[in-house]
Parts: sequence; structure tokens; C-alpha cells
Amino acid sequence: MGSILLLEDGRSFEGEAFGARGTRVGEVVFNTAMTGYQEALTDPSYAEQIVVMTSPHIGNTGVNSEDPESERVWVSGFVARQFSRVHSNHRAELGLGPHLRAQNVPALHGIDTRALVRHIRDKGAMKGVISTDGTPAAELWSLLERWPGMAGRALAQEVCTKEPYVYAAPDSPTLRVNVVDGGVKRNILRLLASTGARVVVKPITATAEEWAEDADLVFFGNGPGDPAALTGPVEQARRLLGTKPIAGICLGHQLLGLAIGARTFKLPFGHRGANHPVKDIETGRVEITSQNHGFCVDGAQIEALGGRITHVHLNDGTLAGFAHDRYRLAAVQFHPEAAPGPRDSRHLILQRFLALAS
Amino acid sequence: MPRRTDLKTILVIGSGPIVIGQACEFDYSGTQACKALRKLGYRVVLLNSNPASIMTDPDVADATYIEPITAAFAIQVIERERPDAILPTVGGQTALNLAMELHRDGVLEKYGVELIGARPEAIDVAEDRELFKKRMIEVGLPVPPSGVAHTIAEAEALLDLVGLPAIIRPSFTLGGEGGGVAYNRDEFTQIVTQGIERSPIGQILIEKSLLGWKEFEMEVMRDLADNVIIICSIENFDPMGVHTGDSITVAPAQTLTDRELQVLRDMSILVMRAVGVETGGSNVQFAVNPENGDVSVIEMNPRVSRSSALASKATGFPIAKIAAQLAVGLTLDEITNDITQKTPASFEPTLDYTVVKIPRWNFEKFPGSDRTLGTRMKSVGEVMGLGRTFKEALLKAISSLEGGYTDSSGMDEQILRERLAIPTPARLSAIFEALRRGMDPSDVHQLTRIDRWFLNEMDELVAAEHSLDGRFLSSVSPEELRRAKRLGMPDTHLAQILGTSEEQVAARRVADGVVPAYKRVDTCAAEFESNTPYLYSSYEDEDEAGEETRDRVIILGNGPNRIGQGLEFDYCCCHAAYAVREAGLVSVMVNCNPETVSTDYDTSDKLYFEPVTVEHVRGVTDRERPRGVILQFGGQTPLKLSHRIGPILGTSADAIDLCEDRERFNKLMTQLNIRQPEGAMVHTREEAFAAAARLGFPLLVRPSYVLGGRAMQICYTADDFGNALDEALQVSESHPVLMDRFLEQAVEYDVDALCDGDDVYIAGVMEHIEEAGIHSGDSACVMPPTTLTPALRVAMEDAVTRIARRLRVIGLVNVQLAVKDGELFVIEVNPRASRTVPYVAKATGLPLAALATRLCLGARLADLKLPVQDLGGNFFTKAPVFPWRRFEVKDVMLGPEMHSTGEVMGVGRSFGEAYAKALIAAGMRLPTEGGVFLSLRDDDKHALAELAGPLHELGFKLLATGGTCAALRALGFPVEMVYKVKEGRPDIVDHVRNGRVQIMINTPQGKKGLWDEASMRLAGLRFGVPCTTTLRAGRAIVEAIRALRAGELRAVRLQDLSRAP
Repeated sequence: MGSILLLEDGRSFEGEAFGARGTRVGEVVFNTAMTGYQEALTDPSYAEQIVVMTSPHIGNTGVNSEDPESERVWVSGFVARQFSRVHSNHRAELGLGPHLRAQNVPALHGIDTRALVRHIRDKGAMKGVISTDGTPAAELWSLLERWPGMAGRALAQEVCTKEPYVYAAPDSPTLRVNVVDGGVKRNILRLLASTGARVVVKPITATAEEWAEDADLVFFGNGPGDPAALTGPVEQARRLLGTKPIAGICLGHQLLGLAIGARTFKLPFGHRGANHPVKDIETGRVEITSQNHGFCVDGAQIEALGGRITHVHLNDGTLAGFAHDRYRLAAVQFHPEAAPGPRDSRHLILQRFLALAS
Repeated sequence: MPRRTDLKTILVIGSGPIVIGQACEFDYSGTQACKALRKLGYRVVLLNSNPASIMTDPDVADATYIEPITAAFAIQVIERERPDAILPTVGGQTALNLAMELHRDGVLEKYGVELIGARPEAIDVAEDRELFKKRMIEVGLPVPPSGVAHTIAEAEALLDLVGLPAIIRPSFTLGGEGGGVAYNRDEFTQIVTQGIERSPIGQILIEKSLLGWKEFEMEVMRDLADNVIIICSIENFDPMGVHTGDSITVAPAQTLTDRELQVLRDMSILVMRAVGVETGGSNVQFAVNPENGDVSVIEMNPRVSRSSALASKATGFPIAKIAAQLAVGLTLDEITNDITQKTPASFEPTLDYTVVKIPRWNFEKFPGSDRTLGTRMKSVGEVMGLGRTFKEALLKAISSLEGGYTDSSGMDEQILRERLAIPTPARLSAIFEALRRGMDPSDVHQLTRIDRWFLNEMDELVAAEHSLDGRFLSSVSPEELRRAKRLGMPDTHLAQILGTSEEQVAARRVADGVVPAYKRVDTCAAEFESNTPYLYSSYEDEDEAGEETRDRVIILGNGPNRIGQGLEFDYCCCHAAYAVREAGLVSVMVNCNPETVSTDYDTSDKLYFEPVTVEHVRGVTDRERPRGVILQFGGQTPLKLSHRIGPILGTSADAIDLCEDRERFNKLMTQLNIRQPEGAMVHTREEAFAAAARLGFPLLVRPSYVLGGRAMQICYTADDFGNALDEALQVSESHPVLMDRFLEQAVEYDVDALCDGDDVYIAGVMEHIEEAGIHSGDSACVMPPTTLTPALRVAMEDAVTRIARRLRVIGLVNVQLAVKDGELFVIEVNPRASRTVPYVAKATGLPLAALATRLCLGARLADLKLPVQDLGGNFFTKAPVFPWRRFEVKDVMLGPEMHSTGEVMGVGRSFGEAYAKALIAAGMRLPTEGGVFLSLRDDDKHALAELAGPLHELGFKLLATGGTCAALRALGFPVEMVYKVKEGRPDIVDHVRNGRVQIMINTPQGKKGLWDEASMRLAGLRFGVPCTTTLRAGRAIVEAIRALRAGELRAVRLQDLSRAP
């Protein structure tokens, strides 16, 4: 058996192996960003996912030590039309192939990725198994069947830091921010620290009191998995409401949505890319945002719950951000910290969210 | 914001004739803008002098003025049409410059006209290099060290700052004209002098050279709500130092990390805001240091551009159309993405394929010109290859070039290294050759500074070639074949490697089921469903071409623009597509030229962006199973495929052949009893000299199966003949060389006719203004003819009718004829749409290409109910424009080889008025007073009085050299005798330099002329003094001057011209 990506509905794509030899199961999703594969690979939100890049050439700029968004590569498998064996960029320290091998991540290329993406678009994100080590088909099927899938998975609790840590502690901090980590990207921390704030990171498994300890603002970061499965953290977040200014991004947005009483649901194939138009209702401006989420907060419930919609995704009208003034709470579904992607919305982190605390 | 309701009428300014640096991309942009504005309910008025454009079709705007793009005509149009606003951003530099002139002169204020799309202040900042640089520094953006100079002294003072090599960029010129890279002081002084001269405001920017840095472009759009999006990033394959129009470019950018790309994105947005472009599209160029990632902003264009046309085709995002909508107040989120039809335009396209653009040059037209590529654009067209991967896109682009790819095999090692180090059109093939010989990509990088990633991709292609080298087709497995095709290797190339024929490879491939799938360009990498079949081939699994129940008709486009085959053919292809659609059939376009209207996904029902080659066209015919293929509108390109594709709708392949095969054609003319110049078809020098002895001089020598009169020459002596023959034999390759008795002082005619196989309709009879011997594409012409007798006209129409009928032409046919001493000769027959079709269509009001399409689809002429022709007493002249100033030419004399890049039209109630307008539109400074220099060859001196008389009456001062001076004195004219070059000083060149000569009429002796005459004509070119080189053109120009002096030339609305019902 050659190198293959087998989907739960029986469709399979045979191609060439790249990266590590191995067999991994995951949710097959696609990302339409044309740059930033290194950031994507190391984004904890991609845990247990097999990521298909729509951009045909991946690996051209190698990998470097500046761009990772966490300590390791999180994706279960990586797929593109053509990975580059040779890289060219002044910052590159290693090729993508050796990097994936070192991180033990199998990758597949040489397949008709557009056909694969169209399939996912039409049928929805689904389970899949990537195999580059010749594992027999029967075994692949059994692996697929045993894998529980994404729905109901509290993955954030698995990927988060186990212990709290101080990310930045300036002598006279402008603000004290506690970041709730369920797989937070480094750039969120980096941007917060850049404002002169003290930044302390707490695990998503901690309590509301621990999250709130010594903080002017509690900031919920991004992370993987199904938000609805995070019943413990949601409960803690509910207890936090009204006691401290709260901000959130991505999984944090979903968690806060659940905390105020809204429901979340799974999008057919998610939003993953760097070209998503979001309208800021307050300013009327459209910002091009970086997105990476498979679940979404039901926007129809926000107002009834005392919140207000602040951002709308223009492609499909889904909720992209809400605020709850009474709770001094604001959150967005997309990634204002970018990395990768456009930096149109960085002001949210640098200004608007911090203003909640003043 | 909803669209503005305070505006009713909007004036759109076009870009005028096709010139280097400003080609049919502006027909594409302008047409889109006009259509978009009308759809929003505005009344659109259009000013554009180019009759070959789709945008000047009478149904594209409410009022169309095919008039010179000058302030004088614009004021007439404004007075009459009273527009509320002008959209100056879709007509290139020409439109921008005119809008600024109207602004500065207070015309806009006087008539209460607003500039939309870009405010004058923003245009000034973007275009004035000094202001631009200042503004960039103010907002903290990095720019290369530079300074502005207006004199040589100022320029030299800047050398300490920037050092050598230095870049010299004149302000407000097009395509880097007048600029360059100076490596030493001599070059520096020379380029500075020239740059100051060429800049309309005498200003140049002297900039530190960033040679070897990587070059990127960002296409940016902004709306009035300050939403800004990036449509496309483009990476130049050629590093800094080569004009982006002359660079191979790749989209999206391939060698930037996200972090670096976002820096460029942020900077582009900052540039747009800093310059103050409130709405529309702009292009921002950057240099990036490959060593450390340092960035410099190079320049920005506050308008749609060649790059934005490319970006539109590369992404499926129609920049010009959206720009027009934004200019009238819509915001990006209010506009729907055409392709998905449900998501908004306020997003950034993402590509799941790769795009490669390669420029097309025409240096062979300008012998002796410097082929080095630098900051001054020299290419005349471009092709775009779409593929899933860079390799595939690159090879498809190369296939699309159609003869524009130089072979470097067998080249001497030293020369090969030179070819790598010095950018010329041959560099791409030199890189492949070096890699084939085993040169390491790193070494190629050292010499070229081209990014290693691209070079490695090419090296992988070479490795794939090596794996097949020396093998037989039969030993190649289906998997290997598929792998090679997946890399993008064309059948022709595989055939060459495997020592077999293209047909063999194709047959084997199809038998193995190795056939292309067609993928869609959809702006969103398949995230949303696309309803627009904008397709490209790739050797992938899934095909998205879609099924149509109605019959398909394929139209083949004309490939890259080049001299001799350009916009005119694209115009015809578009009309064919419209007509097919109107007939209720599915129109399918195949073309590879990103600049055109034909490759707009709106033009046809299905667009295959593919090379117009046997392999790729067959791929489409196999996929579409069309009712037929129409190939008579794309110039010579599709015609060459006539035997290998089908079924053809229109004139048969055999008839096409007959016209190219001299022997068969001669026989036909003899049968029809139609005279043609005596001629011969030869293969060797011996045959040629024997034929020359029989025919006698002067002789017209030309290769067969070429375009635009390539290597065509008139020979007066055996020496001339020997040289011309060598070149013709070389260009012809295996085809014979044609020799004709040259008809001296004959008048030439072009006739365009429609035929359904039996009946013939004469659509247009054009009389050339230059005499026979000047290529029809380079000769100005007039409709109706001014010197043709009724009897000869009847004879002409009769000859054309009989030829068309005998050839069983279905569709269009073009016949070139000459009249000498009252006798009619047929020179050549082209069984296809000719260059003159759009001009005739504009003049007669008949959509000729659409009518021809209906004939191809089976209509009879009688069904078309064509009127008896009546031009309503108007004269329509067409005049060419030349790219002389771009090249270091040794002479600017016209001849049988075509050199013009574009054309303009003039309309008038008299020939003089129409011709004056055409000359002005072509950029000629037509004088109303001053000095006229006359120098006629002996054979022409009989016409001296006829020329000098009216000029003298109009108060012009006459100047002449030797013989002409004496002849004029003998006729009693006051005349100043001037020296020829080398006869003494001040000579004629000095007089031209000193501004004493406003026009030159110079008919040279023989082919070569004398060197002093050439330098005199070059001086005219340099100082903008019009120079005509034939007697008939001299007479015509005198009439034009007379009309100009007689009073104001009147701007005419195309829709008002009274024509037959």
C-alpha cells in the first residue's frame, strides 16, 4: 500500500510521502492561507487535525526558530499539492521535510488537493487517516473507526500548560493580564506583552479564582476541540462573569458565548484561512482576518442574552464577535493576533480589549 | 454606502493607441469600467482614439468619441456632454496625464467636473517622484537613497549619495521611458540627459541601485470607507533592475514567509493611505533584500495597470470593474464576488494554482537594437500560464509564447554565462541550458541573482528530462508519461526528448488515458462553489469543466500581442464570442493573453486560459466536443493549426493553404484572370538569382508563413538583394522565399469582405496613404478612397468577389491590391479577419466580426440583410504609432516590414480634417506655422510644386538641401538652403535641434538611403519633428495642415454619424 489519505466516507487519495513515515488519524480540514504554514503547523488549535493546504507550494521558505506559535507541531498530518524539498529564505534554518520528520508528522503530497478540498467542502470536515508507512487498508479502517472524532472532545484541556507561568513581568506594568490557556498562540502573548502589560498564563483547567487572581483583565485564548465539551471551564467562566473584565479569541470566544448562555454548533467545514472578511459593526469597517475554527457561537441568541454583536463574518453571516457591556466582556471568533495572516485587527488586542480594563 | 446619486454623466478616458508599456490591458480595464458604470445607471461618455478597442464599440458607452486624447478635444467633449465626473484611472498614464492637465488648466473647475477614482493631489504624489519619496519618508516607509534632479549638474551632485550603478527614472513617463541603469559616468551623463529630455516636466529621480534585490508587487484596492484589501501578490522572477513589464512574474509570491508578506501588505496599505488614493486599485512595488529581508518601497501607480490586469486574470477578481464601482461610492462589502455569487468582494483572493507571466519581445524587428533588459520596458506583449504548480505554469507560459522562446542549445560556454549574467529575452532558455549541462543551481543563482527556489524548480524539470533522455516512447510507462505531463512537459518537448513526433506522443498519451482535467479559477481555492467556468488544464484527477447541453462553439484567440498581431484580433474574437452567445450557443474561448478582453470570464460562456497550440486546443476540443472551432479571428496563430484541429467553422483549411502556397495561388489568379505582380517562389540562392535576372529590379523579397512582414524587403540592386535573401532564407527555415516584382509608386488598397461561400459583401475599401511597399499595418489609410476611379473600384470589387467565391470563403477575407498606372494588381489574400476589421466596423457601423461569425455558424449573407454602404459623407483615417523611441534604431524609415504597435482613427468631414485628427491622435505635433524641410529624391521632384505651394501660401518657411533647393528656386519659391550632414555647419540636424524645422518631408533614394538622411530623421524623432518618407504621405500631411489651419477640428460622437439605415 502506498502513501495515502483515507477518508471515513471511503474516498481515498494516493500520493507521495513527505515528512515522517507513520500513520495518524485526525479530522481532515483545509486551510486556504497562501503563507504561514509554519505558524499553522505549530498552532495548538490544529491538534488532532490533518490539515490540507489549498496553496499548491508549501515549504518554499523552510522553517525558522522565530515563527512557531508554540513549542511543537500539533497537526496530525499535513497535505499539499507539492511540498518543496529545497527552501529559499534568509531566515530559514531547516527544510520543512526534515522538520516534519523530527516532529514525527507524516505528510502527503502529489495528490489532487483541489478535488480533496471540494470533497470536504461538499461533504463537510470528516475523519481521515494519513498513512506513509505502508499500513494495510484494513488496519487504517480500524484506526478510523476507533478514533472518536472532534465533536465532544475537550482537547483544550489536553494541550494547555499544566502549570501557570509568567510570560512577561515588566517593572511597572501598564496592566495585569491573565491569559487562560487552552492552546494559546504565542503571538497573543507577544502582543499583550508588547503593550507593557504583565502577562501571566493559567491553564484552562484552573478555577475562576485562579484565573482572576491579581488580574485587571482575563484573556481567553484560542485552542482546539469542541467548546461544548469544556463543561468545567465554561462553568468557571460563568462564575467569572461580571467580576473582571474579560476578553476572548477563537475558542475563548466560544467559551464565553457558552458562559453567557448561548449555544455553539459545528460549521460544515469550518473557517480556516487568512482572507476572511469580517465587519466591525461599531466602525462599519471591513477587516480581513485570519481564522481557524470549526465551531461557532449562535449569533441569533446574543442579544436576547444581553450581549451585542460586534463582528459579523461577511461570507456566511455567522457571528464573528460579540460584547457584553454589563460584564465588561468582548470576544472575537477570528485571530486578531494574525500570525499567520493579515494584521488588520491587531488593534483589538492592542487597544479595544485592553480598554475593557480601564 | 450606496452609489452616488449626485452624478449622472461620467466621462471615461481611454489609453489611446497600443504602445509599449500601455497595451490592450487598458481596453480590458476600460471596457469593464464602462460596463460597470452603465449597469449602475450612469450615462457614460468615452474618449479614446483607438478604433481597435472593444471599449470604443458604439454600444459600450452612451456617447463615444474616437478622437485624440488631448486637452483640446477633451474640452470639446466636456462642453458638449457636460459630465459630472471624469474617471481617469482606467486609461493608463495617458488618461491620468490628460486629467491632470485639465485640472491644472482649470478646465475641471470651470465646468464643475469632479475627478473620481483618484484626486489630483493623490495623482501628484504618486507620479511626482520627489513628492512621493518625501511622503514615504514622512510616514516612515523605507525608500532607496535618492534625489531629484532637473539638470546634469544637479544629477552629478547626487552621485556621492547614490553611487554607481545608479538608477535614473524620469517623472511622468510611461514604462520607464527615458530611464535606465548607469554603470559608469559616461552612461550616467547620457541617461540623465535623455531622462530630463523625455520627462514632460524635465525631472528625473536618481536612485541608489538595488540590483539583485528581489522584486514584489502588491495589487491593492481601497474604498471610500477606507476598507483596504490586497488582491494579489506578484513576485518577479527577474530580480531588481529589470522593468516589471519585462520581467517574468509569478503569482502568488513564492519565497516570502507570512511575516515578510504581511510587512509588504501593511506597507502597501500605508502607501495607499499616504498617497491619498481614496478609492480604486493601485499597484505598489517593493524591493526586498534577499540577504536580510530589508524592504524598500520603489513606486506606486494610483490607477489600474498592466499588473492589475494580470492580477485580475490571475485571481478571477475583476479589479477595474470593482474600481469603477468604488469610484462612485460603493463599498467593497456592498459588491458581490462575481465568481461565487454569494460572498462579498471585500475579501482577498486565494489561489490554489500558480501563475507565470512571460513577456513577449519583438527585437528582431529592430535590427541592431540593444536586447539588454533594464528599467525601460521593451516588450510588446505577454502570455500567462496557469498550472497547479510553478513548473506546469512556467512550461505552459513558454508554450504560449509562440516562437518567442529563444533556443540556447549548442551555445558556447562563455556566451551562455553572459546570457545568464545579463538579462535579455534569452535568459530563461539559457538557464535551462546551463542546468541541462549540469551547472549547479547555486552557480546559476550567482550569475542571475534569481531566487534559488525558482532555479531549483527548473532543475527538477531538467532532471525529469534526463530521466527520459535517449529512451524510446515505447519504453516509457504510462505512469512515467503521466508524471512528465503532470510536471507540465508539452508533447512537443517530450517528442523531442524521445526522438519521435508530437502526434506519436499525443496518440500514446490518449491511449493511456493520460489526458488533462480542467480546474476552475474561482478566487477562493474551492472554498465556495464557482458558477463561472474560467478554466485551465492540469493533469489532475477531477475535472470541473462542467457539461452543457447546448452546442459549443470554440473561438481561438491570438495569443500574445506582438507587432503585426494585437488588439485588433482580440476585438474580433470578442465579437465572435458575443455572436455565438447571441445565436443561442455556448461560446468557448481559448487564449493565453492576460491583457485582453477575450480572456475576461465575462466575454464568453466558457473560458479556457490555455496556450493556443495544437496540444492544448485539442485538449479543449476533446473535452468540449464542439460543433466546431472558429479560427479566422485570431490572426495567423490559429490559422497555423487549421490542418490539425477541427471541425473548422468557416473557410476551409485547404483554402487557407491555397493563399499561403504561392504556386497554387498563382494558378488560381491566372484561372480567374486577375493580375498580380510577377513573382517566383525559391528555395536556394541559385534559384533566387536566376529568378531575379528574369524579373528585374526592384524586387520585393519575403519569407512565407510569417507575420507582419517579417524580414520583408524591397531591393533595388543585386547587393541589396543578396543581403535580403540571406535573411529571408534564414527566417523561412524550410518554407520557400517569395519574390515579387515591386510596383513602384503604386497606390495600395485593402479590401475587407464577407462571404458565405457564394455571395460576397464588400465591407470596406481602404486606400493607403503611404505608397505601395510600406507594410499595410504601417501605412495610414482612408475610407472612402480619395483617388480611386469608379471604374477601378468596380474592377476591384469584382476581383475580390471572384476570389472569395472561388476560395469558398465563409466569413471574412482581406485582399490587398495595388493600382499602378491605372492597372489593378492583387498582392495578397488573407482568408481571415484582418487588422483593419475593427476600423472598418467603426467607420461603417457594421459589426463585421459578429456578422462573419453568423456566417461561420451557417447563416447566408442574404439573411444578414446588409445595407448598401454609405459613409454619410465622412472620412475615416487610420494612422499607426511606432515604438522607435524605445529602441536604439538606426533609422525610422518605413518599409515592407511592419514596425507599428498600434493605431488611431480620425473622423472628419474632409480628408484633411480626418487625417489631421489621426496624426494628432498618434502623437504628432502637427504644425500650423514655422519651417518645412523638403528633400525629395529625383523621381519625386515632379511633385515639388504641389507640396511646396500650399505650404508657402500658409506662410511656412521652406528649407531644403542641394538638389531640392535648386529645384524649388527654379519653380520660383523662396527657400533657404541648408547643409546636409557633413556638408558643413549648421547642417539640417542643427536646424532641427534649434527648433527651426517643424516638419520634414523626405523621400529617400533607394532602400538604404544616405546616412545623413537617417541621422536627420532620427533627429526629427528625438526632437518631436514629424517626418514623412513618402510622397503620398507628404501630400496628405499638407492637406491635414491645411484643415488644421482652416479652423477647429470638430469632435464627433460616433453614435451620431449618419450612415445607411
